[in-house]
Amino acid sequence: MADQPKTAEPGRARLSPRKKQQVSRGVQYVVLAAALVAVVLYADWPSLAQNFAKADVAAEALPDLFTIALRNTIIYAVGGFVLAFVAGLLLALMRLSQVRPYRWIAIVYIEIFRGLPALLIFLLITFLPLALPGFQVPGGTYGQGILGLGLVGAAYQAEIFRAGLQAVPKGQTEAARSLGMSATRAQVTVVIPQAIRMVIPPTTNQFVALLKDSSLVLFLGVSGEYVELAKFGNDLASQHANATPIMVAGLTYLIVTIPLGYLASRLEGRKGRTP
Amino acid sequence: MTTHAIELRDLHKHFGKNEVLKGIDMTVDPGQVVCVIGPSGSGKSTLLRCVNLLETPTKGKVFVEGVEVTDLDVDIDAVRRRIGMVFQQFNLFPHMTALQNVMIAQQRVLKRSKGEAEVIARDNLEKVGVGDKCDSLPGQLSGGQQQRVAIARALAMSPSLMLFDEPTSALDPELVGDVLTVMRKLAEEGMTMLVVTHEMGFAREVADRVVFMDGGVVVEDGAPAQVIGAPQQERTRSFLRRVLHPEE
Repeated sequence: MADQPKTAEPGRARLSPRKKQQVSRGVQYVVLAAALVAVVLYADWPSLAQNFAKADVAAEALPDLFTIALRNTIIYAVGGFVLAFVAGLLLALMRLSQVRPYRWIAIVYIEIFRGLPALLIFLLITFLPLALPGFQVPGGTYGQGILGLGLVGAAYQAEIFRAGLQAVPKGQTEAARSLGMSATRAQVTVVIPQAIRMVIPPTTNQFVALLKDSSLVLFLGVSGEYVELAKFGNDLASQHANATPIMVAGLTYLIVTIPLGYLASRLEGRKGRTP
Repeated sequence: MTTHAIELRDLHKHFGKNEVLKGIDMTVDPGQVVCVIGPSGSGKSTLLRCVNLLETPTKGKVFVEGVEVTDLDVDIDAVRRRIGMVFQQFNLFPHMTALQNVMIAQQRVLKRSKGEAEVIARDNLEKVGVGDKCDSLPGQLSGGQQQRVAIARALAMSPSLMLFDEPTSALDPELVGDVLTVMRKLAEEGMTMLVVTHEMGFAREVADRVVFMDGGVVVEDGAPAQVIGAPQQERTRSFLRRVLHPEE
């Protein structure tokens, strides 16, 4: 051991791997510091503050920011989520059905709605009354927004549920059936409750995704009391020719999404507890 | 003619091209304890699972208390209510407490009231020696305790016969005894039992009959003293040698 050379080629003054790492880390700090200095020196701070963080414009956003915009965002997101949850469970059960056509229907639905941009679905919803004369989405603007989010969310939620249902060991169904439960009873009493427990963390993430997608309601041409955060910020920003309201709307999203994301990862960590 | 508790006639089961059961004829009479032994892959578990149709036989007939369960017109859920089954992996419902595990099928299947189901559940948990674990979740119990809860769960349905699929194979050695004690007690009470097991001591002491299976057929079927004590077939002898004296 003692007479082993320190480097592969002791003759040349090459840096050892740990020395190299030290130097590399030093360079990274220097680059970062240079970038910071450049930003501080060259950014037009007064103009930035004027355009993105103007206090009086921000103040004008209140209280409608919370009483109308955030409230509506939550209505769209929760409504869409409930629809996605129920439809997703149904689709997942169809996807795993013994009856082949049900499986096909579920697969086609899931592939289409996961494959299309959510925006496209919302645009299509605005054309529904044209395509089907006399047809009205129940619930008006809320109904349209919730339908759009629910249609898209259902496809993702179905895949989440499918994974959850498949993760419940086969022995659970066998034990339930051996006690005389029917196939349906076994699913409802034994399999689905376990599957739901397992999918709580990914479902929380899915809710966050829906909450963000609720901004697409903007494209339904909503106004007045139906506006949600993105539309609210956008309208106010146009009115003042100032980006502050969009920043304020963004912050409001983060107030909701960051804690939820944190909750999801907490739940994920706890998931291993259930055998 | 008395009715057999279980009767298998020319039972065949294929998984794809793999022929697991190759024509089994066998009976279990009421009150009998029959142990099925044999090397892994011999079809023992499949045979057991064919009795309550967790596996559908490819060919042949299964009768439980005189009713042909392989008949498509038979209400299999009604038949299964009378057959208790205990699994190697316990298969307790992990989202329910021990008590709820024993109550749920009584309430949902037998339509017993909550109060009645709870009394019966507590009685059975007491009987198998885990009366103090009513409020524990399966994950908080040892394997031996879980398996006894599983036995209580089956017993609470007042079955007329019980199937045991290697009930002690997944247990730590020091926990096997507790489960075997419960099974011995059941046998003494006159429960009809079909047991797939590797516990030769249990088979020898408790069984009325021992069935040795190999390669999907019954090789020997008789009293424990005969099949385990004085096996006639070379296949039985070599299996028993390997099981009883694994070191040699």
